[in-house]
Amino acid sequence: MPEISTTSTGPQFGPVFKDAAATAAISFLMFLPLIGFITVQDIRNVLVLDTRWTLLFILVALITAGRLAYTLVLLPRSARRAHRAPAPASPIVAAIGRWFTPFVVGFVIVYPILIMGLVPGGALKWVDNFGIQILIYVMLGLGLNIVVGLAGLLDLGYVAFYAVGAYSYALLAKTFGFSFYMLLPLAGCLAAFWGIILGFPVLRLRGDYLAIVTLAFGEIIRLVLVNWVDLTNGYAGISGIPRPTFFGIPFNANDDGFAAVFGLPFTPIYRTIFLYYLILALVLLTAFVTIRLRRLPVGRAWEALREDEIACRSLGINTTSTKLTAFSIGAMFGGFAGSFFAARQGFISPETFNFLESATIVAIVVLGGMGSQIGVAVAAVAMVGGTEILRELDWLKDIFGQEFDPGQYRMLLFGFAMVIIMVFKPRGLVSTREPSVALTERKMISAGMVKEGHG
Amino acid sequence: MEVFVQQLINGLTLGSIYGLIAIGYTMVFGIIGMVNFAHGDVFMVSTFIALVTLLIVTTWIGISSVVIALFIVLVVAMTLTSLVNWAIERLAYRPLRGSFRLAPLISAIGMSIFLSNFVQVAQGPRNKSVPPLVQGEFILMDGGVYQVTLSYKQLIVWAVTAILLAAFWYVVSRTALGRSQRACEQDQKMAALLGVDVDRTISITFVMGAALAAVAGTMYLMYYGVVNFNDGFVPGVKAFTAAVLGGIGSLPGAVIGGLLIGLIETMWSAYFSIDYKDVAAFAILAVTLIFLPQGILGRPDVEKV
Repeated sequence: MPEISTTSTGPQFGPVFKDAAATAAISFLMFLPLIGFITVQDIRNVLVLDTRWTLLFILVALITAGRLAYTLVLLPRSARRAHRAPAPASPIVAAIGRWFTPFVVGFVIVYPILIMGLVPGGALKWVDNFGIQILIYVMLGLGLNIVVGLAGLLDLGYVAFYAVGAYSYALLAKTFGFSFYMLLPLAGCLAAFWGIILGFPVLRLRGDYLAIVTLAFGEIIRLVLVNWVDLTNGYAGISGIPRPTFFGIPFNANDDGFAAVFGLPFTPIYRTIFLYYLILALVLLTAFVTIRLRRLPVGRAWEALREDEIACRSLGINTTSTKLTAFSIGAMFGGFAGSFFAARQGFISPETFNFLESATIVAIVVLGGMGSQIGVAVAAVAMVGGTEILRELDWLKDIFGQEFDPGQYRMLLFGFAMVIIMVFKPRGLVSTREPSVALTERKMISAGMVKEGHG
Repeated sequence: MEVFVQQLINGLTLGSIYGLIAIGYTMVFGIIGMVNFAHGDVFMVSTFIALVTLLIVTTWIGISSVVIALFIVLVVAMTLTSLVNWAIERLAYRPLRGSFRLAPLISAIGMSIFLSNFVQVAQGPRNKSVPPLVQGEFILMDGGVYQVTLSYKQLIVWAVTAILLAAFWYVVSRTALGRSQRACEQDQKMAALLGVDVDRTISITFVMGAALAAVAGTMYLMYYGVVNFNDGFVPGVKAFTAAVLGGIGSLPGAVIGGLLIGLIETMWSAYFSIDYKDVAAFAILAVTLIFLPQGILGRPDVEKV
């Protein structure tokens, strides 16, 4: 695909069509084996080939049309925009920026009530799949944000601490019958402990190497969970995990259950709403603790470490203990999220804690604009909520036929979105940061001026 | 003794495959300092391209000679996989050059997720198996109960790997293209000032890495006869381990590392526990990075302010 030269009179059509033809040829060849043909098993269980020429040609036509639109419309426009000076932020945008966070917090607090009013029948699904599910990821994102966003250490094995929290809660609650409120801090402590154990040897590595080692540790923990059948029951997982109670009152249909005690008719929605507020409280706690930590010397040291490790060391900051605190505090929040997850599901298995999950959390943090808390929330809604929405799109079956399953495309679109957002907004969705220390006045810093850490 | 020799043969075969993939990692890391996370999935895509080509060649065209069929499959898989990796580099990595440091890694992780799910959607989640292409074996040692055998397909894996590595080594060390690659590896800006087309050189690096991954993919398909959309991640991590173990950036290191990882994995499965064989690979990765980050043949990395 040769570069298209755009002059002030507009694009030249000769190169544009040559470019489109090249795109068509390349995409045809690329998709020919995997889309043009499909391998299926026949009656004798032997692989045979079927062809899908229509699909192949539709796909190639779509890609070519997209490339044409890009070269004819988008490229000239962005070339023109590059000449113009960036418009100053209007007061409306600034006002939205100021009121956005309080608005979001208010909205998530009234969300279950709002949903119950709007869709009384399907409220359970909306609070559970969208509310709780997204909030778990916000919590994980905020926890990892301490490690990646503040301290600048890329951790690709964060899910290990999530797993430690979940298995601690599941095993201790099932074996000793401890309550959720007792085990929640304990699970957090255990995860933080594991954060120190795993963090200690790896933290002298930098950048990509650190990322890969944490990935390896994450996978080792998952493989141990799979193979240590005596303790964890292997692939089969642990089921029948005790659910959290309303400060001692269980959510069940019995006489001492929540509904009976408060004289309400029994429905499962009470538990869901309770869980929703529980995870919301945990999320707000995480956010609050992070905000306060940023003001403490240790938080300032994290951010200094992200900006320049060598400068930090020459200023006498102990980089090892600074990194370890970031790692273990991040791990602790992962442990909280894990024990909440185990309590909410009632069932856990090692397959939940795979690399894809770590990648999702990292994606949420990075796409949110590393270090920005509201960015993490926005990214979690976009990535997790967006892919959850795909499960709901059953009407697409009417268009594409019954065997079309939109849920199948969830991770496909997720990966694609990661690439696209990185290409077009590599600094993430919310890419301005408020400096944590300012001499006289506070100015928002554009992400372009912030250096990333060297982990 | 027989068991050991047999595991040695199996390990070298597996190690050749890892070595071929590892070269892709080590070259890309050497030239642009990026862990090409999607490389394992490019390998997986190549196994599927090889599978489809094999089915076309054997059932549609009806070529019965195994050698010709394998040759066609190899060439087609190398060409198309290179094209795929070239397009990936153009779309997902090149726009990020000069962006912040983690951006290409995140983009590569996204690409890895995209590729494996694309193959799952396009070809289905089931294992795809083909009947064995090459049968027959030499009996090297006969210890009564246990025979040490060297199958023809293992020989083919060794031979193809050796031939392609030799060709590849020739390109990198004796041609103008290889010279500009090594120049870009040392100092991109200086290379550009001296007239090396850096973008083109990086593209070619990706193409060469993909071509070798496709060789590995074809060999994998011929050797195991089963492919799955999920087969990219673990071989990818193991090959990366191999690249790190051999010293990332070093081409002979990647091959040696690949052979070592293959040997360790088969020996571990034979003598310790097959359940924990992936744990062994990951543990080696962690231990190497922590204690020997420059690898066996790599240069130590000097920290600059």
